[in-house]
Amino acid sequence: MNPAPSVILFTTLSGLGFGLLAFLSAGLVEVHGLHAFFFWAAGYALAVGGLLLSTFHLGNPQRALLAFSQWRSSWLSREAVAAVATLLWLAPVALSQWLGFDWPPFWGLVGAILCAATIFTTSMIYAQLKTVPRWNTWITPVMFQSFALAGGAILAGQKPVALVALAALAVVQALVWRIGDGRFAQLGASIGTATGLGSIGTVRVFEQPHTSPNYLMREMIHVVGRKHAQKLRIITLLFAVVLPLMLLVLAPGGPTALLCAAALHLLGAITSRWLFFAQAEHVVGLYYGAR
Amino acid sequence: MTTLPHSTTKKLGLVIDLDTCVGCQACVTACKGWNDQGYGAPLSDQDPYGAAPSGTFLNRVHSYQITPEDAAPIIVNMPRSCLHCDDAPCVTVCPTGASYKRTEDGIVLVNEDACIGCGLCAWACPYGARELDAAAGVMKKCTLCVDRIYNENLPEQDREPACVRTCPTGARHFGDFADPQSHVSRLSAERGGMALMPELGTKPVNRYLPPRKKDVMQASPLAPLLDIQASGFAGWLDKMLGKIG
Ligand code: SF4
Ligand code: SF4
Ligand code: SF4
Repeated sequence: MNPAPSVILFTTLSGLGFGLLAFLSAGLVEVHGLHAFFFWAAGYALAVGGLLLSTFHLGNPQRALLAFSQWRSSWLSREAVAAVATLLWLAPVALSQWLGFDWPPFWGLVGAILCAATIFTTSMIYAQLKTVPRWNTWITPVMFQSFALAGGAILAGQKPVALVALAALAVVQALVWRIGDGRFAQLGASIGTATGLGSIGTVRVFEQPHTSPNYLMREMIHVVGRKHAQKLRIITLLFAVVLPLMLLVLAPGGPTALLCAAALHLLGAITSRWLFFAQAEHVVGLYYGAR
Repeated sequence: MTTLPHSTTKKLGLVIDLDTCVGCQACVTACKGWNDQGYGAPLSDQDPYGAAPSGTFLNRVHSYQITPEDAAPIIVNMPRSCLHCDDAPCVTVCPTGASYKRTEDGIVLVNEDACIGCGLCAWACPYGARELDAAAGVMKKCTLCVDRIYNENLPEQDREPACVRTCPTGARHFGDFADPQSHVSRLSAERGGMALMPELGTKPVNRYLPPRKKDVMQASPLAPLLDIQASGFAGWLDKMLGKIG
Protein backbone atom coordinates (compact mmCIF):
# COMPACT_ATOMS: atom_id res chain seq x y z
CA MET A 1 0.00 0.00 0.00
CA ASN A 2 1.12 3.52 -0.77
CA PRO A 3 2.68 5.02 2.38
CA ALA A 4 1.15 8.50 1.97
CA PRO A 5 2.82 10.99 4.36
CA SER A 6 -0.52 12.51 5.38
CA VAL A 7 -1.88 9.16 6.55
CA ILE A 8 1.33 8.19 8.33
CA LEU A 9 1.52 11.50 10.19
CA PHE A 10 -2.21 11.44 10.93
CA THR A 11 -2.12 8.02 12.59
CA THR A 12 1.13 8.59 14.51
CA LEU A 13 0.47 12.14 15.70
CA SER A 14 -3.15 11.65 16.66
CA GLY A 15 -2.21 8.36 18.38
CA LEU A 16 0.45 10.17 20.39
CA GLY A 17 -1.95 13.04 21.13
CA PHE A 18 -4.76 10.83 22.39
CA GLY A 19 -2.21 8.83 24.38
CA LEU A 20 -1.07 11.99 26.19
CA LEU A 21 -4.65 13.19 26.64
CA ALA A 22 -5.58 9.85 28.23
CA PHE A 23 -2.87 10.25 30.88
CA LEU A 24 -3.86 13.86 31.57
CA SER A 25 -7.53 13.03 31.67
CA ALA A 26 -7.07 10.11 34.05
CA GLY A 27 -5.46 12.59 36.45
CA LEU A 28 -2.13 10.74 36.49
CA VAL A 29 -0.12 13.89 35.88
CA GLU A 30 0.12 16.41 38.71
CA VAL A 31 -0.42 19.64 36.83
CA HIS A 32 -2.01 22.95 37.68
CA GLY A 33 -2.34 26.37 36.18
CA LEU A 34 -0.15 27.31 33.27
CA HIS A 35 1.72 24.03 33.51
CA ALA A 36 -1.57 22.19 32.94
CA PHE A 37 -2.39 24.51 30.07
CA PHE A 38 0.80 23.59 28.20
CA PHE A 39 0.30 19.87 28.70
CA TRP A 40 -3.29 19.96 27.49
CA ALA A 41 -2.44 22.26 24.63
CA ALA A 42 0.22 19.80 23.46
CA GLY A 43 -2.26 16.92 23.65
CA TYR A 44 -4.94 18.81 21.75
CA ALA A 45 -2.47 20.11 19.17
CA LEU A 46 -1.20 16.61 18.37
CA ALA A 47 -4.66 15.05 18.24
CA VAL A 48 -6.32 17.83 16.25
CA GLY A 49 -3.26 18.35 14.04
CA GLY A 50 -3.26 14.67 13.16
CA LEU A 51 -6.94 14.73 12.33
CA LEU A 52 -6.53 17.79 10.11
CA LEU A 53 -3.64 16.12 8.30
CA SER A 54 -5.92 13.18 7.52
CA THR A 55 -8.10 15.47 5.42
CA PHE A 56 -5.14 16.21 3.12
CA HIS A 57 -5.52 13.01 1.18
CA LEU A 58 -9.23 13.52 0.53
CA GLY A 59 -10.38 14.28 -2.99
CA ASN A 60 -13.18 16.53 -1.75
CA PRO A 61 -12.39 17.65 1.82
CA GLN A 62 -15.12 20.32 1.73
CA ARG A 63 -17.69 17.56 2.28
CA ALA A 64 -15.85 16.10 5.29
CA LEU A 65 -18.81 16.74 7.60
CA LEU A 66 -20.68 13.93 5.85
CA ALA A 67 -18.09 11.52 7.25
CA PHE A 68 -19.84 11.76 10.64
CA SER A 69 -23.01 10.19 9.30
CA GLN A 70 -22.31 6.47 8.77
CA TRP A 71 -21.12 5.42 12.23
CA ARG A 72 -23.46 2.43 12.15
CA SER A 73 -21.43 0.61 9.50
CA SER A 74 -18.17 2.44 8.86
CA TRP A 75 -15.07 2.47 11.08
CA LEU A 76 -13.83 5.61 9.38
CA SER A 77 -17.05 7.38 10.31
CA ARG A 78 -16.87 5.98 13.86
CA GLU A 79 -13.35 7.34 14.08
CA ALA A 80 -14.50 10.81 13.12
CA VAL A 81 -17.36 10.70 15.66
CA ALA A 82 -15.20 9.23 18.44
CA ALA A 83 -12.41 11.75 17.93
CA VAL A 84 -14.65 14.79 18.07
CA ALA A 85 -16.75 13.40 20.94
CA THR A 86 -13.60 12.68 22.95
CA LEU A 87 -12.08 16.10 22.33
CA LEU A 88 -15.35 17.74 23.43
CA TRP A 89 -15.71 15.49 26.47
CA LEU A 90 -12.18 16.32 27.60
CA ALA A 91 -12.66 20.10 27.42
CA PRO A 92 -14.11 20.54 30.96
CA VAL A 93 -11.38 18.30 32.41
CA ALA A 94 -8.73 20.42 30.74
CA LEU A 95 -10.34 23.66 31.87
CA SER A 96 -10.70 22.47 35.46
CA GLN A 97 -7.05 21.45 35.68
CA TRP A 98 -5.92 24.70 34.12
CA LEU A 99 -8.21 27.09 35.95
CA GLY A 100 -8.42 25.01 39.11
CA PHE A 101 -12.06 24.20 39.65
CA ASP A 102 -13.29 20.80 40.70
CA TRP A 103 -14.65 18.68 37.95
CA PRO A 104 -15.61 15.15 39.13
CA PRO A 105 -12.69 12.70 38.57
CA PHE A 106 -14.95 10.01 37.03
CA TRP A 107 -15.46 12.38 34.09
CA GLY A 108 -11.72 12.29 33.46
CA LEU A 109 -11.62 8.50 33.75
CA VAL A 110 -14.37 8.21 31.16
CA GLY A 111 -12.36 10.64 29.02
CA ALA A 112 -9.31 8.35 29.21
CA ILE A 113 -11.44 5.42 28.07
CA LEU A 114 -12.79 7.53 25.21
CA CYS A 115 -9.20 8.27 24.14
CA ALA A 116 -8.48 4.55 23.98
CA ALA A 117 -11.73 4.00 22.08
CA THR A 118 -10.76 6.64 19.52
CA ILE A 119 -7.39 5.00 18.94
CA PHE A 120 -9.23 1.69 18.57
CA THR A 121 -11.51 3.08 15.85
CA THR A 122 -8.46 4.39 13.97
CA SER A 123 -6.81 0.99 14.10
CA MET A 124 -9.99 -0.76 12.91
CA ILE A 125 -10.01 1.27 9.68
CA TYR A 126 -7.00 -0.85 8.74
CA ALA A 127 -7.65 -4.04 10.70
CA GLN A 128 -11.08 -4.51 9.09
CA LEU A 129 -9.71 -4.79 5.54
CA LYS A 130 -9.70 -8.43 4.44
CA THR A 131 -8.11 -7.26 1.21
CA VAL A 132 -4.90 -6.37 3.06
CA PRO A 133 -4.11 -9.54 4.99
CA ARG A 134 -1.14 -8.04 6.85
CA TRP A 135 -3.48 -5.54 8.55
CA ASN A 136 -6.44 -7.85 8.95
CA THR A 137 -5.47 -9.33 12.33
CA TRP A 138 -6.07 -8.73 16.05
CA ILE A 139 -2.52 -7.51 16.53
CA THR A 140 -3.16 -4.32 14.53
CA PRO A 141 -5.38 -2.68 17.20
CA VAL A 142 -2.96 -3.88 19.89
CA MET A 143 -0.11 -2.20 18.05
CA PHE A 144 -1.94 1.14 17.76
CA GLN A 145 -2.78 1.08 21.48
CA SER A 146 0.80 0.13 22.42
CA PHE A 147 2.27 3.04 20.50
CA ALA A 148 -0.23 5.47 22.01
CA LEU A 149 0.40 4.16 25.51
CA ALA A 150 4.19 4.31 25.25
CA GLY A 151 4.28 7.69 23.51
CA GLY A 152 1.65 9.16 25.83
CA ALA A 153 3.50 7.93 28.92
CA ILE A 154 6.79 9.48 27.79
CA LEU A 155 5.18 12.83 26.99
CA ALA A 156 3.23 12.79 30.24
CA GLY A 157 6.48 12.20 32.15
CA GLN A 158 5.24 8.93 33.62
CA LYS A 159 8.62 7.23 33.85
CA PRO A 160 7.72 3.84 35.38
CA VAL A 161 4.68 3.42 33.09
CA ALA A 162 6.76 4.50 30.10
CA LEU A 163 9.48 1.93 30.82
CA VAL A 164 6.96 -0.91 31.02
CA ALA A 165 5.00 0.35 28.00
CA LEU A 166 8.16 0.61 25.89
CA ALA A 167 9.19 -2.93 26.78
CA ALA A 168 5.69 -4.14 25.92
CA LEU A 169 5.80 -2.19 22.68
CA ALA A 170 8.97 -4.03 21.61
CA VAL A 171 7.20 -7.36 22.08
CA VAL A 172 4.06 -6.21 20.28
CA GLN A 173 6.04 -4.75 17.38
CA ALA A 174 7.99 -7.98 16.95
CA LEU A 175 4.70 -9.92 16.98
CA VAL A 176 3.19 -7.55 14.42
CA TRP A 177 5.96 -8.39 11.98
CA ARG A 178 5.93 -12.10 12.76
CA ILE A 179 2.18 -12.47 12.33
CA GLY A 180 2.03 -10.02 9.44
CA ASP A 181 4.66 -11.81 7.37
CA GLY A 182 2.54 -14.95 7.22
CA ARG A 183 -0.88 -13.42 6.72
CA PHE A 184 -1.04 -13.30 2.93
CA ALA A 185 -0.25 -17.00 2.64
CA GLN A 186 -2.84 -17.77 5.35
CA LEU A 187 -5.60 -16.04 3.44
CA GLY A 188 -5.00 -18.39 0.54
CA ALA A 189 -5.75 -15.91 -2.23
CA SER A 190 -3.60 -16.38 -5.31
CA ILE A 191 -3.58 -15.43 -8.97
CA GLY A 192 -5.40 -18.75 -9.40
CA THR A 193 -8.36 -17.79 -7.18
CA ALA A 194 -8.33 -14.16 -8.35
CA THR A 195 -8.85 -15.26 -11.96
CA GLY A 196 -10.71 -18.47 -11.10
CA LEU A 197 -8.39 -20.21 -13.55
CA GLY A 198 -6.05 -21.88 -11.05
CA SER A 199 -7.83 -25.22 -11.42
CA ILE A 200 -6.78 -25.45 -15.06
CA GLY A 201 -3.08 -24.93 -14.53
CA THR A 202 -0.41 -22.44 -13.51
CA VAL A 203 -1.58 -18.89 -14.16
CA ARG A 204 0.76 -16.07 -15.03
CA VAL A 205 0.31 -12.62 -16.47
CA PHE A 206 0.63 -12.66 -20.26
CA GLU A 207 -0.06 -9.00 -20.93
CA GLN A 208 -1.05 -6.11 -18.67
CA PRO A 209 -4.35 -4.35 -19.37
CA HIS A 210 -2.70 -0.96 -19.72
CA THR A 211 0.74 0.35 -20.52
CA SER A 212 1.32 2.79 -17.67
CA PRO A 213 0.40 2.64 -14.00
CA ASN A 214 -3.15 3.53 -12.95
CA TYR A 215 -4.74 4.54 -9.64
CA LEU A 216 -4.92 0.94 -8.42
CA MET A 217 -1.25 0.32 -8.98
CA ARG A 218 -0.12 3.63 -7.48
CA GLU A 219 -2.31 3.20 -4.43
CA MET A 220 -2.18 -0.53 -3.76
CA ILE A 221 0.81 -2.08 -5.47
CA HIS A 222 3.48 0.07 -3.90
CA VAL A 223 6.72 -1.87 -3.75
CA VAL A 224 9.25 0.96 -3.43
CA GLY A 225 11.57 0.58 -0.49
CA ARG A 226 10.46 -2.88 0.60
CA LYS A 227 13.94 -4.19 0.05
CA HIS A 228 15.16 -2.13 2.98
CA ALA A 229 12.51 -3.56 5.27
CA GLN A 230 14.91 -5.45 7.52
CA LYS A 231 17.06 -2.37 8.11
CA LEU A 232 14.00 -0.24 8.74
CA ARG A 233 12.69 -2.74 11.27
CA ILE A 234 15.91 -2.42 13.24
CA ILE A 235 15.74 1.38 12.99
CA THR A 236 12.15 1.22 14.23
CA LEU A 237 13.06 -0.76 17.32
CA LEU A 238 16.10 1.41 17.95
CA PHE A 239 14.23 4.71 17.80
CA ALA A 240 10.81 3.70 19.09
CA VAL A 241 12.04 1.61 22.02
CA VAL A 242 15.76 1.31 22.75
CA LEU A 243 16.92 4.93 22.59
CA PRO A 244 13.97 6.41 24.55
CA LEU A 245 14.36 3.65 27.10
CA MET A 246 18.06 4.40 27.57
CA LEU A 247 17.39 8.10 27.78
CA LEU A 248 14.71 7.61 30.42
CA VAL A 249 16.90 5.33 32.51
CA LEU A 250 20.25 7.11 32.18
CA ALA A 251 19.46 10.80 31.77
CA PRO A 252 18.51 12.85 34.79
CA GLY A 253 14.77 13.49 34.79
CA GLY A 254 13.58 16.80 33.44
CA PRO A 255 11.62 18.13 30.52
CA THR A 256 14.55 18.15 28.06
CA ALA A 257 15.27 14.46 28.45
CA LEU A 258 11.56 13.68 28.19
CA LEU A 259 11.12 15.74 25.06
CA CYS A 260 14.18 14.13 23.47
CA ALA A 261 12.87 10.68 24.35
CA ALA A 262 9.47 11.57 22.91
CA ALA A 263 10.99 12.92 19.69
CA LEU A 264 13.10 9.81 19.21
CA HIS A 265 10.10 7.63 19.92
CA LEU A 266 8.00 9.54 17.41
CA LEU A 267 10.66 9.00 14.73
CA GLY A 268 10.52 5.28 15.47
CA ALA A 269 6.72 5.31 15.37
CA ILE A 270 6.76 7.04 11.98
CA THR A 271 9.24 4.46 10.63
CA SER A 272 7.06 1.66 11.95
CA ARG A 273 3.95 3.18 10.37
CA TRP A 274 5.80 3.68 7.08
CA LEU A 275 6.61 -0.03 7.07
CA PHE A 276 3.04 -0.85 8.06
CA PHE A 277 1.92 0.66 4.75
CA ALA A 278 4.88 -0.08 2.49
CA GLN A 279 4.98 -3.77 3.39
CA ALA A 280 1.21 -4.29 3.22
CA GLU A 281 0.15 -6.16 0.11
CA HIS A 282 -3.34 -5.76 -1.35
CA VAL A 283 -4.96 -8.76 -3.06
CA VAL A 284 -5.69 -6.66 -6.18
CA GLY A 285 -1.97 -6.99 -6.93
CA LEU A 286 -2.69 -10.61 -7.83
CA TYR A 287 -4.41 -9.48 -11.03
CA TYR A 288 -1.25 -7.66 -12.01
CA GLY A 289 1.06 -10.48 -11.00
CA ALA A 290 2.66 -8.12 -8.51
CA ARG A 291 2.25 -7.56 -4.82
CA MET B 1 -26.87 4.58 3.48
CA THR B 2 -23.87 2.32 3.78
CA THR B 3 -25.52 -0.56 5.56
CA LEU B 4 -26.25 -3.31 3.06
CA PRO B 5 -29.81 -4.40 2.21
CA HIS B 6 -30.66 -7.86 3.63
CA SER B 7 -31.70 -8.98 0.20
CA THR B 8 -32.42 -7.36 -3.12
CA THR B 9 -35.47 -7.94 -5.31
CA LYS B 10 -33.40 -8.39 -8.44
CA LYS B 11 -29.73 -9.25 -8.70
CA LEU B 12 -28.58 -7.61 -11.86
CA GLY B 13 -25.13 -8.50 -13.07
CA LEU B 14 -22.94 -9.81 -15.85
CA VAL B 15 -21.81 -13.17 -17.08
CA ILE B 16 -18.40 -12.88 -18.72
CA ASP B 17 -17.38 -15.73 -20.97
CA LEU B 18 -13.63 -16.32 -20.78
CA ASP B 19 -13.93 -18.85 -23.57
CA THR B 20 -15.18 -16.39 -26.17
CA CYS B 21 -13.46 -13.19 -25.07
CA VAL B 22 -10.73 -12.37 -27.57
CA GLY B 23 -9.31 -9.45 -25.60
CA CYS B 24 -10.16 -6.87 -28.26
CA GLN B 25 -10.74 -4.12 -25.64
CA ALA B 26 -13.95 -3.00 -27.33
CA CYS B 27 -15.81 -3.14 -23.99
CA VAL B 28 -13.13 -0.97 -22.40
CA THR B 29 -13.63 1.68 -25.05
CA ALA B 30 -17.42 1.42 -25.09
CA CYS B 31 -17.54 1.66 -21.30
CA LYS B 32 -15.30 4.70 -21.22
CA GLY B 33 -17.20 6.29 -24.09
CA TRP B 34 -20.62 5.89 -22.50
CA ASN B 35 -19.62 6.73 -18.95
CA ASP B 36 -17.70 9.77 -20.02
CA GLN B 37 -20.88 11.65 -20.74
CA GLY B 38 -23.55 10.06 -18.59
CA TYR B 39 -23.57 9.22 -14.93
CA GLY B 40 -21.58 11.64 -12.73
CA ALA B 41 -18.18 13.17 -13.35
CA PRO B 42 -16.49 12.27 -16.66
CA LEU B 43 -13.71 9.67 -16.58
CA SER B 44 -10.69 11.91 -16.78
CA ASP B 45 -7.33 11.24 -18.39
CA GLN B 46 -4.03 12.68 -17.24
CA ASP B 47 -1.34 13.40 -19.81
CA PRO B 48 -3.26 11.39 -22.44
CA TYR B 49 -0.94 12.23 -25.33
CA GLY B 50 2.23 12.63 -23.31
CA ALA B 51 4.92 10.34 -22.03
CA ALA B 52 3.03 8.88 -19.08
CA PRO B 53 -0.66 8.66 -19.95
CA SER B 54 -3.02 7.57 -17.18
CA GLY B 55 -6.76 7.65 -16.73
CA THR B 56 -9.87 6.36 -15.04
CA PHE B 57 -11.53 3.23 -16.40
CA LEU B 58 -14.41 1.17 -15.04
CA ASN B 59 -13.48 -1.92 -16.97
CA ARG B 60 -10.06 -3.27 -17.89
CA VAL B 61 -9.10 -6.38 -19.81
CA HIS B 62 -6.27 -8.53 -18.50
CA SER B 63 -4.55 -11.34 -20.33
CA TYR B 64 -3.23 -14.50 -18.69
CA GLN B 65 -1.30 -17.53 -19.77
CA ILE B 66 -2.38 -20.79 -18.17
CA THR B 67 -0.14 -23.79 -18.36
CA PRO B 68 -1.93 -27.08 -17.62
CA GLU B 69 0.06 -30.05 -16.31
CA ASP B 70 -0.26 -32.10 -19.47
CA ALA B 71 -1.13 -29.78 -22.33
CA ALA B 72 0.09 -26.75 -24.18
CA PRO B 73 -0.41 -23.34 -22.52
CA ILE B 74 -3.55 -21.37 -23.31
CA ILE B 75 -4.18 -17.64 -23.33
CA VAL B 76 -7.25 -16.35 -21.50
CA ASN B 77 -8.44 -12.75 -21.71
CA MET B 78 -10.21 -11.50 -18.65
CA PRO B 79 -12.30 -8.33 -18.43
CA ARG B 80 -12.41 -6.99 -14.88
CA SER B 81 -15.22 -4.70 -13.73
CA CYS B 82 -17.38 -4.38 -10.61
CA LEU B 83 -19.02 -7.69 -9.62
CA HIS B 84 -21.88 -5.95 -7.73
CA CYS B 85 -21.20 -8.12 -4.69
CA ASP B 86 -24.02 -9.15 -2.35
CA ASP B 87 -21.76 -8.62 0.63
CA ALA B 88 -20.00 -5.58 -0.74
CA PRO B 89 -17.23 -4.46 1.65
CA CYS B 90 -16.79 -1.27 -0.39
CA VAL B 91 -20.23 -0.12 0.73
CA THR B 92 -19.97 -0.72 4.47
CA VAL B 93 -16.61 1.03 4.85
CA CYS B 94 -17.83 4.27 3.29
CA PRO B 95 -17.99 7.00 5.97
CA THR B 96 -20.30 9.36 4.12
CA GLY B 97 -23.08 7.19 2.76
CA ALA B 98 -21.93 7.92 -0.79
CA SER B 99 -21.51 4.21 -1.58
CA TYR B 100 -24.67 2.16 -1.54
CA LYS B 101 -26.25 -1.00 -2.86
CA ARG B 102 -29.72 -0.62 -4.33
CA THR B 103 -32.47 -2.70 -2.75
CA GLU B 104 -34.46 -3.00 -5.97
CA ASP B 105 -31.81 -4.43 -8.27
CA GLY B 106 -28.60 -4.89 -6.27
CA ILE B 107 -26.55 -2.40 -8.29
CA VAL B 108 -23.68 -0.89 -6.28
CA LEU B 109 -23.36 2.84 -6.92
CA VAL B 110 -21.55 5.93 -5.69
CA ASN B 111 -23.44 9.15 -5.04
CA GLU B 112 -20.68 11.48 -6.18
CA ASP B 113 -22.21 14.52 -4.48
CA ALA B 114 -21.56 12.89 -1.11
CA CYS B 115 -18.18 11.31 -1.85
CA ILE B 116 -15.22 12.90 -0.05
CA GLY B 117 -12.72 10.88 -2.09
CA CYS B 118 -11.16 9.14 0.89
CA GLY B 119 -10.43 6.06 -1.21
CA LEU B 120 -11.26 3.59 1.54
CA CYS B 121 -13.83 1.78 -0.61
CA ALA B 122 -11.18 1.12 -3.26
CA TRP B 123 -8.99 -0.38 -0.55
CA ALA B 124 -11.86 -2.59 0.58
CA CYS B 125 -12.63 -3.98 -2.90
CA PRO B 126 -10.61 -7.13 -3.65
CA TYR B 127 -11.18 -6.86 -7.39
CA GLY B 128 -9.78 -3.42 -8.15
CA ALA B 129 -13.17 -2.31 -9.41
CA ARG B 130 -13.02 1.24 -8.04
CA GLU B 131 -10.78 4.03 -9.21
CA LEU B 132 -10.56 7.50 -7.73
CA ASP B 133 -10.83 10.05 -10.50
CA ALA B 134 -7.76 12.27 -10.34
CA ALA B 135 -9.57 15.32 -11.74
CA ALA B 136 -12.90 15.16 -9.90
CA GLY B 137 -11.58 13.61 -6.66
CA VAL B 138 -14.55 11.27 -6.44
CA MET B 139 -14.76 7.51 -6.63
CA LYS B 140 -15.72 6.00 -9.98
CA LYS B 141 -16.97 2.50 -10.54
CA CYS B 142 -19.07 0.43 -12.95
CA THR B 143 -22.70 1.54 -12.69
CA LEU B 144 -23.94 -1.48 -14.62
CA CYS B 145 -24.92 1.27 -17.03
CA VAL B 146 -27.87 2.14 -14.83
CA ASP B 147 -28.52 5.07 -17.19
CA ARG B 148 -28.96 2.72 -20.15
CA ILE B 149 -30.75 -0.35 -18.84
CA TYR B 150 -33.84 1.59 -17.69
CA ASN B 151 -33.55 4.35 -20.28
CA GLU B 152 -36.74 4.57 -22.31
CA ASN B 153 -35.21 7.16 -24.62
CA LEU B 154 -33.01 4.45 -26.05
CA PRO B 155 -34.24 1.88 -28.55
CA GLU B 156 -35.13 -1.40 -26.86
CA GLN B 157 -32.03 -3.27 -28.05
CA ASP B 158 -29.75 -0.60 -26.56
CA ARG B 159 -31.18 -0.96 -23.05
CA GLU B 160 -28.28 -3.06 -21.86
CA PRO B 161 -24.80 -2.13 -20.62
CA ALA B 162 -22.53 -0.50 -23.20
CA CYS B 163 -19.90 -3.21 -22.77
CA VAL B 164 -22.45 -5.97 -23.39
CA ARG B 165 -23.95 -4.16 -26.35
CA THR B 166 -20.61 -3.60 -28.01
CA CYS B 167 -18.84 -6.93 -27.49
CA PRO B 168 -18.22 -8.33 -30.99
CA THR B 169 -17.97 -11.93 -29.78
CA GLY B 170 -20.90 -11.83 -27.39
CA ALA B 171 -18.68 -12.62 -24.43
CA ARG B 172 -20.57 -10.36 -22.01
CA HIS B 173 -24.14 -11.10 -20.96
CA PHE B 174 -26.42 -8.99 -18.79
CA GLY B 175 -29.37 -10.17 -16.73
CA ASP B 176 -31.03 -10.95 -13.40
CA PHE B 177 -29.36 -13.64 -11.28
CA ALA B 178 -32.29 -13.68 -8.83
CA ASP B 179 -34.40 -15.32 -11.53
CA PRO B 180 -33.17 -18.92 -11.99
CA GLN B 181 -34.74 -19.00 -15.47
CA SER B 182 -32.97 -15.90 -16.75
CA HIS B 183 -30.47 -16.12 -19.60
CA VAL B 184 -27.55 -15.37 -17.29
CA SER B 185 -28.61 -17.83 -14.57
CA ARG B 186 -28.97 -20.66 -17.06
CA LEU B 187 -25.73 -19.80 -18.81
CA SER B 188 -23.89 -19.74 -15.52
CA ALA B 189 -25.42 -23.06 -14.41
CA GLU B 190 -24.67 -24.81 -17.71
CA ARG B 191 -21.10 -23.64 -18.02
CA GLY B 192 -19.98 -23.74 -14.38
CA GLY B 193 -19.94 -19.98 -13.78
CA MET B 194 -17.25 -19.01 -11.26
CA ALA B 195 -17.18 -16.43 -8.47
CA LEU B 196 -13.79 -14.72 -8.20
CA MET B 197 -11.81 -14.92 -4.96
CA PRO B 198 -14.64 -16.51 -2.95
CA GLU B 199 -12.31 -16.67 0.08
CA LEU B 200 -12.73 -12.91 0.51
CA GLY B 201 -16.40 -13.45 1.43
CA THR B 202 -17.81 -10.73 -0.82
CA LYS B 203 -20.39 -12.97 -2.55
CA PRO B 204 -20.00 -11.49 -6.03
CA VAL B 205 -23.05 -11.48 -8.32
CA ASN B 206 -21.14 -11.50 -11.63
CA ARG B 207 -20.02 -14.87 -12.90
CA TYR B 208 -17.10 -15.85 -15.14
CA LEU B 209 -17.44 -18.83 -17.49
CA PRO B 210 -14.22 -20.85 -17.60
CA PRO B 211 -12.66 -21.62 -20.99
CA ARG B 212 -14.05 -24.81 -22.52
CA LYS B 213 -11.77 -27.83 -22.73
CA LYS B 214 -9.70 -27.61 -25.88
CA ASP B 215 -9.81 -30.46 -28.39
CA VAL B 216 -6.72 -32.65 -28.38
CA MET B 217 -5.10 -33.00 -31.78
CA GLN B 218 -5.87 -36.55 -32.99
CA ALA B 219 -3.53 -38.69 -35.09
CA SER B 220 -5.30 -39.23 -38.44
CA PRO B 221 -6.81 -42.70 -38.98
CA LEU B 222 -5.25 -42.60 -42.42
CA ALA B 223 -1.78 -42.11 -40.97
CA PRO B 224 -0.43 -45.59 -41.89
CA LEU B 225 -1.34 -44.95 -45.53
CA LEU B 226 0.81 -41.85 -45.48
CA ASP B 227 3.96 -43.91 -45.19
CA ILE B 228 4.23 -44.00 -48.96
CA GLN B 229 7.25 -45.77 -50.47
CA ALA B 230 8.68 -44.07 -53.47
CA SER B 231 9.18 -46.24 -56.56
CA GLY B 232 10.81 -45.89 -59.97
CA PHE B 233 13.32 -43.11 -60.46
CA ALA B 234 12.32 -41.33 -57.24
CA GLY B 235 12.77 -44.63 -55.40
CA TRP B 236 16.24 -45.16 -56.90
CA LEU B 237 17.23 -41.54 -56.04
CA ASP B 238 15.94 -41.99 -52.50
CA LYS B 239 18.04 -45.16 -52.08
CA MET B 240 21.20 -43.58 -53.54
CA LEU B 241 20.92 -40.40 -51.50
CA GLY B 242 20.29 -42.48 -48.40
CA LYS B 243 23.52 -44.37 -49.03
CA ILE B 244 25.58 -41.22 -49.45
CA GLY B 245 24.15 -39.73 -46.26
S1 SF4 C 1 -16.55 -5.74 -7.04
FE1 SF4 C 1 -15.59 -4.35 -5.59
S2 SF4 C 1 -16.61 -2.38 -5.98
FE2 SF4 C 1 -17.89 -3.95 -6.89
S3 SF4 C 1 -19.39 -4.47 -5.29
FE3 SF4 C 1 -17.71 -5.96 -5.15
S4 SF4 C 1 -16.36 -5.06 -3.60
FE4 SF4 C 1 -17.69 -3.40 -4.30
S1 SF4 D 1 -14.09 7.43 -1.64
FE1 SF4 D 1 -16.20 8.23 -1.58
S2 SF4 D 1 -17.48 6.44 -1.92
FE2 SF4 D 1 -15.45 5.68 -1.37
S3 SF4 D 1 -15.51 5.35 0.87
FE3 SF4 D 1 -14.72 7.44 0.54
S4 SF4 D 1 -16.55 8.74 0.58
FE4 SF4 D 1 -17.29 6.65 0.29
S1 SF4 E 1 -21.82 -2.27 -17.25
FE1 SF4 E 1 -21.46 -0.20 -18.08
S2 SF4 E 1 -20.21 0.77 -16.50
FE2 SF4 E 1 -20.10 -1.43 -16.11
S3 SF4 E 1 -18.29 -2.18 -17.20
FE3 SF4 E 1 -20.03 -2.40 -18.60
S4 SF4 E 1 -20.06 -0.49 -19.79
FE4 SF4 E 1 -18.77 -0.12 -17.99
